Amino acid sequence: MGGLLKSSIARKVAMALSAFFLMFFLLQHFAINLTSIFPNNGATFNELSHFMGTNPLVQYALQPVLIFGVVFHFVMGFILEIKNKNARAVKYAKNNGGANSTWMSRNMIYSGLFILIFIVIHFIDFWFPEINTKFIKGDWTGMHNGELRYFHELQHKFTAAWRVALYCVGFVFLGLHLLHGFNSAFQSVGANNKYTNGLKTFGKIYAIAIPAGFVIIALFHFFNQSH
Amino acid sequence: MNLTLKIWRQKSSADKGQMIEYKVSEISEHMSFLEMMDVLNEQLIAEGDEPVAFDHDCREGICGMCSMYINGEAHGPDRGVTTCQLHMRMFKDGDTITIEPFRAKAFPVIKDLVVDRTAFDRIQHAGGYISVNTSGNTQDANAIPIAKEAADEAMDAATCIGCGACVATCKNASAMLFVGAKVSQYALLPQGQVEAADRVMAMVNQMDLEGFGNCTNTGACEIECPKGISLENIARMNREYLKASLKG
Amino acid sequence: MAILDSKVPQGVPLKDKWTTYKDKIDLVNPANKRLIDVIVVGTGLAGGSAAATLAELGYNVKAFAYQDSPRRAHSIAAQGGINAAKNYQGDGDSAYRLFYDTVKGGDYRSREANVYRLAEVSANIIDQCVAQGVPFARDYGGLLDNRSFGGVLVSRTFYAKGQTGQQLLLGAYSAMNRQIARGKIEMFNRHEMLDVVIVDGKARGIIARNLVTGEIERHSAHAVVIGSGGYGNVYFLSTNAMGSNATAAWKIHKKGAYFANPCYTQIHPTCIPRSGDYQSKLTLMSESLRNDGRIWVPKNMDDVMAIREGRKKPTELTEDERDYYLERRYPAFGNLVPRDVASRAAKERCDAGYGVNATGEAVYLDFKSAIQRYGKEQAKLQGIDNPSAAKIIELGEAIVEAKYGNLFQMYEKIVDENPYKTPMMIYPATHYTMGGIWVDYNLMTTIPGCYAIGEANFSDHGANRLGASALMQGLADGYFVLPYTIGNYLSNDIRTGKISTETKEFDAAEKAVTERLDFFINNKGNHSVDYYHKKLGKIMWEKCGMSRNEAGLKDAMKEIKALREDFWKNVTVPGASNEMNPELEKAGRVADFLELGELFAKDALERNESCGGHFREESVELDGLQKGEAKRNDKDYAYVAAWEYKGEPAEAVLHKEELEFKDIELKQRSYK
Repeated sequence: MGGLLKSSIARKVAMALSAFFLMFFLLQHFAINLTSIFPNNGATFNELSHFMGTNPLVQYALQPVLIFGVVFHFVMGFILEIKNKNARAVKYAKNNGGANSTWMSRNMIYSGLFILIFIVIHFIDFWFPEINTKFIKGDWTGMHNGELRYFHELQHKFTAAWRVALYCVGFVFLGLHLLHGFNSAFQSVGANNKYTNGLKTFGKIYAIAIPAGFVIIALFHFFNQSH
Repeated sequence: MNLTLKIWRQKSSADKGQMIEYKVSEISEHMSFLEMMDVLNEQLIAEGDEPVAFDHDCREGICGMCSMYINGEAHGPDRGVTTCQLHMRMFKDGDTITIEPFRAKAFPVIKDLVVDRTAFDRIQHAGGYISVNTSGNTQDANAIPIAKEAADEAMDAATCIGCGACVATCKNASAMLFVGAKVSQYALLPQGQVEAADRVMAMVNQMDLEGFGNCTNTGACEIECPKGISLENIARMNREYLKASLKG
Repeated sequence: MAILDSKVPQGVPLKDKWTTYKDKIDLVNPANKRLIDVIVVGTGLAGGSAAATLAELGYNVKAFAYQDSPRRAHSIAAQGGINAAKNYQGDGDSAYRLFYDTVKGGDYRSREANVYRLAEVSANIIDQCVAQGVPFARDYGGLLDNRSFGGVLVSRTFYAKGQTGQQLLLGAYSAMNRQIARGKIEMFNRHEMLDVVIVDGKARGIIARNLVTGEIERHSAHAVVIGSGGYGNVYFLSTNAMGSNATAAWKIHKKGAYFANPCYTQIHPTCIPRSGDYQSKLTLMSESLRNDGRIWVPKNMDDVMAIREGRKKPTELTEDERDYYLERRYPAFGNLVPRDVASRAAKERCDAGYGVNATGEAVYLDFKSAIQRYGKEQAKLQGIDNPSAAKIIELGEAIVEAKYGNLFQMYEKIVDENPYKTPMMIYPATHYTMGGIWVDYNLMTTIPGCYAIGEANFSDHGANRLGASALMQGLADGYFVLPYTIGNYLSNDIRTGKISTETKEFDAAEKAVTERLDFFINNKGNHSVDYYHKKLGKIMWEKCGMSRNEAGLKDAMKEIKALREDFWKNVTVPGASNEMNPELEKAGRVADFLELGELFAKDALERNESCGGHFREESVELDGLQKGEAKRNDKDYAYVAAWEYKGEPAEAVLHKEELEFKDIELKQRSYK
């Protein structure tokens, strides 16, 4: 990351750019997941998943970028947190942070940490098996028992109540993270103008609606097990 | 009213320092916070103790010298005021008030509540000026018209008093609001635009060297700033910095 | 009595004096400037601008400020604006008119040639500041805006909201920063000058205390410039900053610089009144408020008492029950009489017992009429027929807020009353000192190589300063006058070489400073420094305040002397001298005020005339239209009183610089 990211502002901007990418990815992920609750028993979802799972551009270009984006965002987040903690060696005996800023803005590291835990589980649940199937076993058919396997795999994961609960909590933290992060990213790249107020409202809607949507999808599958 | 004060006492930069409790009585609600501190100090002197050292000068909210962290907020609970303009009517009889110095690695404590804010000066040395000689033989003041809006915005940025409340308040001890305000003032004026790119690079570089934290856009600085300097100035600095970096 | 040589260029018309003088002045070539050091004490508008310009010219500058940064100097608190004869409004302004207004406003007690030069260079200040990025107010066409100020007939005041001083100081500070970055200014923050060092009759350095470590330091230079501001804090309560002090000026006075006209003090009429004995300072409300506010006290004593005891509100008094005393006494100028007149009139009413707050020292400044007037005007403009009373007030308050919003808010924060709904309370407070170190046309004091600039010198304002002129003078001295005139002196120093600090003169000065500090620490008396400062302030305010008389001044001299003697016996200073010690700093400053105050009273006693801010009760008009008003005596007192230190303030020797007015006719100021 070297020289390019030596200055505080460059680091901020890099955080924002990776955030933009992740927020866009999240939107895309959400759109595909949403099709899993379409009343066609997962047909659309299976098609889209198979496309994403086998398209070379997605697999060999976008996927590595995404991985990099996720890792970068986390690593840089931790680096910044450590640096920022060091910028105040002696803490205040009494600090009334709530008087001037939101809980979300002050605790990005904690919401972020929880999201990290969530992502690790998520990877164990979905991504590692995918990689295993495709890259280790070399099975690119996407077929299982004669039909596309994605929808069933999805449903299967949402049978255990503990996992569904964990996912829901993960999304609550994601929402909190986004409530500050969405607009913070725009501020970091220097966007603060007449559109800012509108953007703030949009950011709030995004930060609540997307995680809420993921939660609904998870609950939907939990309550609508087809077997 | 009667009050309990918990005040940070630190003999010198080498000393470790600790919170010490004091009692003051018969405090009038019309007193300013610093006048209440004067009462405490007179009391300490009469008792043969050392008075509490604190920075203050104009006592009308413009010099930027006073700098106390009161009950967990820079310049205390009121808005749009410096410590010297904070009045005791903001408190109640029997209250306990915690008073600490502005804290940041870049603002080391000199004594008690006095901190060293020369880091701000060094950032200004790096580029907080327009390189024009003071010969008086510049062009006429009206030679370059400046849109009223730009002039007013530059003025809003320029009202920064350099007190450091933004740094003290920021959970990251970031100086972005201070630097952003200065960068903005000049970036908004044609006279300042000539050196804008070099200026923002130099000032941000110095800011980083001083050990201030990174901005995470919590917005606390804007709320606690006694002069209401807007976060827009940080965004503008980010833009200016990006522009300057891309230019190379 | 030695004759003071003002060194004003002779044989040239007033208008050409400065130009001709500059043409003939000795210059130092750029290579030689690098061999010359200059010390500048104080970094306000005058000191800051001088330090920047001298460094730019090539001199090695050492600048000293007691604050933690040059940006904190008290010039920063100036609100209203800065005058300059730009004539951008095309209303007939010119250098001559600015000169004329300033001399007249100063009640004909300033030096003509200096004032003309000030007016002449004023326009350059604005050019310079705009080039530096000072965000002056502009109109919609993008050009600079002006406001009118303090009873002059043209609009020549440039401003940056209500923070003109701040913006100009930050401009000078930025110019300094550029030179600090280049290494041409060495900045000594949190340092206080405690003495000047004279070698072979010339100022060659200073002794300074590092206020963080307590260390005593020697600094040498080829010239010493004092730009340390005024001595208003001799009154304890003033609009000055808490740290503003006369120590640098007083130290050079004790080493040979004459102190001129100490009795000329400006008491500003519109300040927020004192609320109790704990009060530490007074806050100014801009003079501009008098454009729309009407000043009054109740007519009847019953109402005064009722208001003080909270039984009645000022808003309940009818028009008939109010005494608009300025409008009554000065029908021609009304509430817009000059500062000194307005202040004295407020004092007169309060002395008569009509003060409206608990301390009895406050009068009302009422915006009700203005709110009504603006409200009706707005209703008409917006086409509202038969507006309700509430609507008129709403519209009127909006206009008042647009004009004075920040001041109203400041008032509300301090007093906790809403000035839109109830009249403001105001009272005069010490604001500016026109007197100061005597300087010649080169701004050099009577010590060769020692200069005084800005409020620290006795300067250009005579006996009364006009609004928006202090900023002008500070920057004129620092940017455009001193950097030229100092060359005339320094051109003789190009072969001198570095001044050593290891000489007997430095030894002696440092020893004296150290002994004095040690005395304070070891005295262990029973009264704090503030105890004495407050007592001194009370004497000054009561006997050398807005009006003065012989008996009072004689008492004041005696009382101050007695207080000073008590101070040296019984003062206590906690802590040590080898650490940061704010009480020790204050002790030194108050010790100097205790001497200065006595000289002040002596000067006021000696000047048995009323002029400008100095009102002698013995010198009033006895009859006619002007009955009871100030009476100037040009025949006997048209001179600068420059005092030479002789050990005790009471023994100071008077030197007169006779003032000649060749280009201006001396007139009485009438506001009836």
